[in-house]
Amino acid sequence: MSVTSVMLVGVGGQGTILASDVLAKVAATSGLDVKLAEVHGMSQRGGSVDTVVRFGEQVFSPTIDPGVADHLVSFELIEAARWLHWLRPGGRLVVNNNVIASLPMLTGSCVMPTGLEAALAYEGAVFLDAEELACEAGSPRSANIVLMGALSVGLPFPEQVWRDVITKRVPPKTVEGNLAAFELGMRACAHGVCEI
Amino acid sequence: MRSPCSSGSASLLMQFAIRTDPGERTIVAPVLLSGNEAIARGAWEAGVRFGSGYPGTPSTEILIALAKLPGVRCEWAPNEKVALEVAIGAGMAGHRSLVTMKHVGLNVAADPLMTLAYTGVSAGVVILVADDPGMHSSQNEQDSRNWGPFGKIPILEPSDSAEALAMVRDAFGLSERLDMPVLVRSTTRLSHGKTLVEVGERVESDTPGYRKSAAKWVMVPGNARGRRVDLEKRLAAARAESESFAYTVEEMRDASLGIVCSGVVYQYVREALPDASTLRIGMSFPLPEDRIREFAGKVGRLVAIEELDPYLRSSLAAMGLAVQVVPVPHIGELSPGRIADAFGIAAPDTRDPMDDLPARPPMLCPGCPHRGVFAALRTMGAVVQGDIGCYALAALPPLSAMDSCVDMGASIGMAHGMSVVNASTGVSGVPVVAVIGDSTFAHSGLTGLLNAVYNNTDTTVVILDNRTTAMTGHQDNPFTGRTLMGVPAPEIDIEAVVRALGVTSVQTVNPNLLKPTAKALGEAVAFPGVSVVIARAPCALLDKEPHDPFAVDEDECTACGECIRLGCPAISRDDTAKAVIDTALCVGCRQCVQVCRYGAIVRAGRACDIGSGL
Repeated sequence: MSVTSVMLVGVGGQGTILASDVLAKVAATSGLDVKLAEVHGMSQRGGSVDTVVRFGEQVFSPTIDPGVADHLVSFELIEAARWLHWLRPGGRLVVNNNVIASLPMLTGSCVMPTGLEAALAYEGAVFLDAEELACEAGSPRSANIVLMGALSVGLPFPEQVWRDVITKRVPPKTVEGNLAAFELGMRACAHGVCEI
Repeated sequence: MRSPCSSGSASLLMQFAIRTDPGERTIVAPVLLSGNEAIARGAWEAGVRFGSGYPGTPSTEILIALAKLPGVRCEWAPNEKVALEVAIGAGMAGHRSLVTMKHVGLNVAADPLMTLAYTGVSAGVVILVADDPGMHSSQNEQDSRNWGPFGKIPILEPSDSAEALAMVRDAFGLSERLDMPVLVRSTTRLSHGKTLVEVGERVESDTPGYRKSAAKWVMVPGNARGRRVDLEKRLAAARAESESFAYTVEEMRDASLGIVCSGVVYQYVREALPDASTLRIGMSFPLPEDRIREFAGKVGRLVAIEELDPYLRSSLAAMGLAVQVVPVPHIGELSPGRIADAFGIAAPDTRDPMDDLPARPPMLCPGCPHRGVFAALRTMGAVVQGDIGCYALAALPPLSAMDSCVDMGASIGMAHGMSVVNASTGVSGVPVVAVIGDSTFAHSGLTGLLNAVYNNTDTTVVILDNRTTAMTGHQDNPFTGRTLMGVPAPEIDIEAVVRALGVTSVQTVNPNLLKPTAKALGEAVAFPGVSVVIARAPCALLDKEPHDPFAVDEDECTACGECIRLGCPAISRDDTAKAVIDTALCVGCRQCVQVCRYGAIVRAGRACDIGSGL
């Protein structure tokens, strides 16, 4: 089995690290070799962040290069565009269509680019509103798990493994909400908006 | 690794799944650990009973993980020099000890380090230093392997979490056999990468307690000269250990190309050049010269691939080996692609990066109390000598209120130096202000302040006391009243410390109150001599209580932009340039309310009641 590379990108504070940990544990529980690369520290203060999870029979490098990701999950619209060239041609693109203004946008020195959604749709992006689905699940801060649900549709792991890992990994009081969030993310893709 | 510390080893132990294989033999399934967790686990399995360090990305989580394991006392030291000295003493008294720090921290600890090779150790002392190639969260990138030949200290370089656990575990015995400290070098991708690890059990160490020996421990010249000669014998023993080191691994594949590498770079090499033969160096000082020569003899082209400095390449060349130069970058992180590119291997087809996207630099959080101080300093037109911490983000627009950031504690010395020149050249009217966080002040600010008082300049020092070491993820420090083990400690009074250092003008303000803060800063810079303003308010991320957010009354807003200039992530402009507050981000700090001259910022209802979540 060759190595699968999944890249999770977003804005510091959006929960990409926890999501990548869930994905890595799902792969490990399934008996695969797994490597994960994340960055802590300064960029976590609202900067652009990326984590990479790679799994397969034997994984060497924890990091990847542009054009190598098989799946790109973006927790934010502009970040999807920023990291798009890391996705291999034909790779799967899942985008939370939420926009978080960066500091140059807030202060007016940059404006929101137009046509991003269309450009990403042209590249085959699957869009969902993870925040809205998280609210629907009764757990407004579980947008990261909604996105894992959307990602799961394109990965070869049984739903029950995801559910078991999420149950162990999130704070006990939030298990129910996170499982609901996962399911809503999964269903959003299962209803035909997603290509696997 | 998120459970409270009371459960001892449970946080790590619970991560394993015990399963039974078809032969009914119980095996322990590998667990996914970060390099930092694996390092802590390795130290614990080696029977380590003491850990010390100073938080620094990417090393911080090691001591946090170790402190949760039973039978170990861990401490945050005020700085890395103190951390190493404490560990030397603990080792001298018979406890295996681990010291952790980032690469720049080892510069601070260099003074004890350079003599520690002379004295050697009693119980094993292992120093974990984490480099940050690519400067993800650092002010420079340095290659800590250079401390090996410079400090005459053995250096180990693990290539994944499993090796990190095993090498750190074995490093303590190595330290004791050699009577030397051992340096383990990590990098960001090892420390903050996660790979599968099989964990073992703790073996208590039985190293003897303190035995008096002036010739070994008292490094006056007469004794140091003897230890210098003895050090050569110990280095020879270390070289022999390196030749038989289990974690130096030769893998022969296609013999036409042989790569010598170490650490996580090995992983990149395997991916970029899967057919090449490799010699993965586990101990990069002293190098296993015999094994390198043997490998060189078996391969056609011999190439060293490494991140940052050409340490291996230079060493191989100095051995007289015909090591070929391949243009692998020596700036920043490597990757499989960067290595492949250096060997002329075509990259896969990729899209071009999208142009003209708004940059997304990191920024001060909504409600950050530092913001009020920098807004006032900007208004004053002060030259602001900055320091290491979250507040370095105030250098970015729109605050643009910091003029330098060099190293821990630099702000006060640099402000004093500039004040000396301003006084002698008659430059007046431009206040010079040093800005330093509470933890950074404890780390390296005290001596700078003492110097400014002693040498008497008109220097103002602002201590940004947000009650935590925020940038690295909220660690305690001598001013917070709690230790790394989670127990109460004396909450050292910054004001009393500052006064004891001879400062007579000392004010304490709440930086969320902008007018009193500006007034205090104005008085401080007008004071002849050294003045200190302690700006005290807890980090916004420590305050978990929900506060009602604010909103903009668009009828009152004149689009003047004053609130925008605070650089708060919660405030933006709408289509008509009027301010808009994102009530989901606003934490109700009231700073913007105070800068609005039109009373346009008013209480809003709570937008979204976030009761649960991650």
